[in-house]
Amino acid sequence: MTMPETEQRAEALRPHAEDAFAHELKALAAADDRPRPTRWKLSPWAVATYLLGGTLDDGTVITPKYVGPRRIVEVAVTTLATDRALLLLGVPGTAKTWVSEHLAAAVSGDSTLLVQGTAGTPEEAIRYGWNYARLLAHGPSREALVPSPVMRAMADGMTARVEELTRIPADVQDTLITVLSEKTLPIPELGDEVQAVRGFNLIATANDRDRGVNELSSALRRRFNTVVLPLPATADAEVDIVARRVDQMGRALDLPAAPEGLEEIRRVVTVFRELRDGVTGDGRTKVKSPSGTLSTAEAISVVTGGLALAAHFGDGVLRPSDVAAGILGAVVRDPAADKVVWQEYLEAVVRERDGWKDFYRACREVTV
Amino acid sequence: MSPATARAGGPLLLGVRHHGPGSARAVRAALDAARPGAVLIEGPPEGDALLPLAADPGMQPPVALLAHAADDPGRAAFWPLAGFSPEWVAIRWAQEHEVPVRFIDLPAAHSLAAEGDRPEGDRPEGGEPDAVRLDPLAVLAGTAGYDDPEGWWEDVVEHRGARGDGQDVLGAFEALGDAMGALREAYGDGGHHRDLVREAYMRQRMRAARREFGDAYAVVCGAWHVPALRARTTVAADRALLSGLPKVKVETTWVPWTHRRLARAGGYGAGITSPGWYAHLFTARDRPVERWLTKVAGLLREEDLQVSSAHVIEAVRLAETLAAMRGRPLPGLIETLEAVRAVMCDGSDIPLALVEDRLVVGDVLGEVPDGAPVVPLQRDLTRQQRTLRLKAEAEDRELELDLRKDTDTAKSLLLHRLRLLGIGWGTPVASRSGTGTFRETWRLRWEPELSVRIAEAGIWGTTVLGAATAKAEADAAAAEELGEVTALAEQCLLAGLAQALPAVLRALADRAALDTDVAKLAEALPALARSLRYGDVRGTDATALGVVAAGLAERICVALPSACTAGLDADAAAEMRTHVDGVHGAVGLLADTDEGLRERWSAVLAVLADRDTVPGLIRGRAARLLLDDGRQPAEETARLMGLALSPASSPADAAGWIEGFAGGSSGGGTLLVHDDRLLGLIDTWLVGVPERAFTDVLPLLRRTFGAYEPGVKRTLGELVRRGPGGSAAAVTTGAAPEGFAPDLDPVRAEAVVELVRMLLSAPDRVSAA
Repeated sequence: MTMPETEQRAEALRPHAEDAFAHELKALAAADDRPRPTRWKLSPWAVATYLLGGTLDDGTVITPKYVGPRRIVEVAVTTLATDRALLLLGVPGTAKTWVSEHLAAAVSGDSTLLVQGTAGTPEEAIRYGWNYARLLAHGPSREALVPSPVMRAMADGMTARVEELTRIPADVQDTLITVLSEKTLPIPELGDEVQAVRGFNLIATANDRDRGVNELSSALRRRFNTVVLPLPATADAEVDIVARRVDQMGRALDLPAAPEGLEEIRRVVTVFRELRDGVTGDGRTKVKSPSGTLSTAEAISVVTGGLALAAHFGDGVLRPSDVAAGILGAVVRDPAADKVVWQEYLEAVVRERDGWKDFYRACREVTV
Repeated sequence: MSPATARAGGPLLLGVRHHGPGSARAVRAALDAARPGAVLIEGPPEGDALLPLAADPGMQPPVALLAHAADDPGRAAFWPLAGFSPEWVAIRWAQEHEVPVRFIDLPAAHSLAAEGDRPEGDRPEGGEPDAVRLDPLAVLAGTAGYDDPEGWWEDVVEHRGARGDGQDVLGAFEALGDAMGALREAYGDGGHHRDLVREAYMRQRMRAARREFGDAYAVVCGAWHVPALRARTTVAADRALLSGLPKVKVETTWVPWTHRRLARAGGYGAGITSPGWYAHLFTARDRPVERWLTKVAGLLREEDLQVSSAHVIEAVRLAETLAAMRGRPLPGLIETLEAVRAVMCDGSDIPLALVEDRLVVGDVLGEVPDGAPVVPLQRDLTRQQRTLRLKAEAEDRELELDLRKDTDTAKSLLLHRLRLLGIGWGTPVASRSGTGTFRETWRLRWEPELSVRIAEAGIWGTTVLGAATAKAEADAAAAEELGEVTALAEQCLLAGLAQALPAVLRALADRAALDTDVAKLAEALPALARSLRYGDVRGTDATALGVVAAGLAERICVALPSACTAGLDADAAAEMRTHVDGVHGAVGLLADTDEGLRERWSAVLAVLADRDTVPGLIRGRAARLLLDDGRQPAEETARLMGLALSPASSPADAAGWIEGFAGGSSGGGTLLVHDDRLLGLIDTWLVGVPERAFTDVLPLLRRTFGAYEPGVKRTLGELVRRGPGGSAAAVTTGAAPEGFAPDLDPVRAEAVVELVRMLLSAPDRVSAA
């Protein structure tokens, strides 16, 4: 059974973090002489280094997995070390899932104990289910029990992950309260329980600007330390991220590469950042913020959409008119309030800006 | 423990960091251990006479020693002292142990004289002119592998005291002195050129102290100076450095200070970022982190955030683990704040900003005993009162000012500035002799408590002008409502605070950008346009104001159409109509600064006039404004009126349209007299109004036409009677009684009044409509 499994892993479309970066983890573990919490594969310092990148004494280069403030990663890692659960918050596209996967890989060497949160996530996904054939044949027993990833993590002292915690219905969410405060999972059917062993912890991710989510109850919220992953700090970093992702996606969609489009990408990123931050890039003028999130992920989709427009209906070069409609769609989510915000921005900021004439005109055309 | 005085038998040199609580604690421990016979402190010797006041029970730090040139209070320097400042601790120690205490820095007479030679505006506010060329702490921290000098200092100095290892009180000073020595070997004076002179003076004073007390004295000074004070130089060399220094006459006093001004954010060069945190470290007897986080929890609870003791426990654990991970001996401010954010604030920065503002910086205000010499602000005011011949009198007195005269303008400026500072000596009253913009009337009355107000205002500056400028800037930053800032901008112009204007205008632009209520924007605009005119009268440069006002008008242009359609009721529509009028007038004034503005405003009016969902009152008003400006041909106006008055639209709305178009004292009557077509349209509409609805529109129509001049009413009446078409005869009975009553045709009018009374007194009909 083991042979095919390894092969399968090597060919996987997207290998798990602990497999893809196995050599880095190994080098870190070898070089790491700091105290490690029980059942941790690395010390907290080494976990932070794994995420943020660096060069070890033996010359091994650790690639940065997360580009962002060091202090945030340190708080996240430390939280796990204090046996408090970690809640990663952020707008879409801030690498919450990515960070959570790599944290689990570095701390426990296994990022697969995962519960994906959806509106339909049942309690069994967090507690346990039953193998009904065995249950009917032999009656309730530990053998008939199907443990959830959380339960397995508790028993083995590993890191469990819950994705999109706020999408899970509130009553199912609250199952986690006992797990996180008592560190036990009772099995009333057997009069038994699973007690978490040292090393168990839980990383949850949630989207903090999504509508229609199930807010965490205050009882559950109290069990988490919250770390908000910020949007990229500088325009250059964001342009870089957008350009890179657009390039990847464009290749997947067989769109022509558009190196001339960098200027338009910069413009989209600038517009998004300014509206998001409520102030222009030079810090001189305040602008209102619309109700949408205007995340990096949305900027990426605006640019990709623009590229598709340019490729199929234009001359293949990304132009202001290709992105204008996309930007409008991303900004104006609430037809009344956001439209005023957008028009104000157009008149007060875009119209005056040097070299933005074409863009202004293109936006005026689609804004009615 | 032997009092291991620094360097074999020399004086006790205690190099500190200004405002460092760890330094303060260490200084006290070192003084307790060494028991020196005198204490010398880095500070201006002119302050020696004021030192006894430090022991006064009425003296509450934070306070600042203020030295200013006697003839120019604007040339001043502050030496702020908080309760946790090592200098303050040393002063109090000396006073408690009854040993002499003296300031030994270069006299302010010299430093202020030297400052006077520099161009205005280049003058640092702090007591350490030339500070921060080279930040010695940053260099040391960088050498130790810290990217944050505060964090490094906390680790190596502040937290030593907190652990209470009293064994090594002098060791820390030794080590720091050595480190500074190495730095100064590498960097020389590090760009602090004045330091050489200051240090020469300090050495001279130390020589004098040695003659008096032998070696049994202590010096408390910035750690940076320790190597220089230790250096063996000749008396002659020091004298040479000190000869020929310029000199001014200086006066000193204590002034109350605040934590906010201690903070770097408050603009004080040599300040600290976290006075509240340092005060906490200094006053907390034990468990500083636990006590600090408990304080934070208390603050958050006051703000109705759910924070339990469990939160505090978890925050302490997180802070301590973070510190351990970062290899720090104790959690510092950064670790505790990160723990607060992650545990208590759900990762949000908003409550954290509150913590930083209220606790990390803090709102502490110092007090100064009554015996302290008067503040320079008072002196400056007295001087101005003398030159302007304005006596401070207790009884009411009225003052007429003609702003075309220079002295009167100066008086007006002074009174306006004092008002801005909350010193209500004069109140503006309505002028009795005519209203021109160049005239002002004030009622003056000096109340004794105004002296207290002046002392309080002393914190803002040393001259009336400087203080008012600083106050206006602070007010602008603190203002929440757009209206407050607009009023402030007006006050700034009135008070001639040209330097405060940029900050106020910036705040104005910011508030305007964020305000979503068009009504507020529209309210603010006319005041701004008015201010522009004041600016003209008083010769203030108001170009920047014009730009801001144009920006405001721009935002109104964008947001007005949607604000006018958002289901306005009759009252709201009436209010919005006055706003439209106000903005229209203001746009006219602003058109000089921005040519395109008038065009865009006309476009907005056209949208308003043409949009069905806009209340009739506003539509009518917009149509009229366009017509008056010649932006819309008469045919188009007639078309709009025809649309508004067509049978499909509700009579009430149509009556509103007429009110907006022709109502009030706006000369609408004359317009109707001269335009047959418009009058005919109204005529036709009125005839078509159903009987039941007529009662409803009647009051509105009466308001519209009742305000006309009698002559206009008469002419209109005649025109209507003559009638443009066949229906005119019928119209007469309907419309004529309205505005024209008895003198036209008493008999017929009587009959109509009867009819109207009958209609009005039928309650079921009124309610049905």
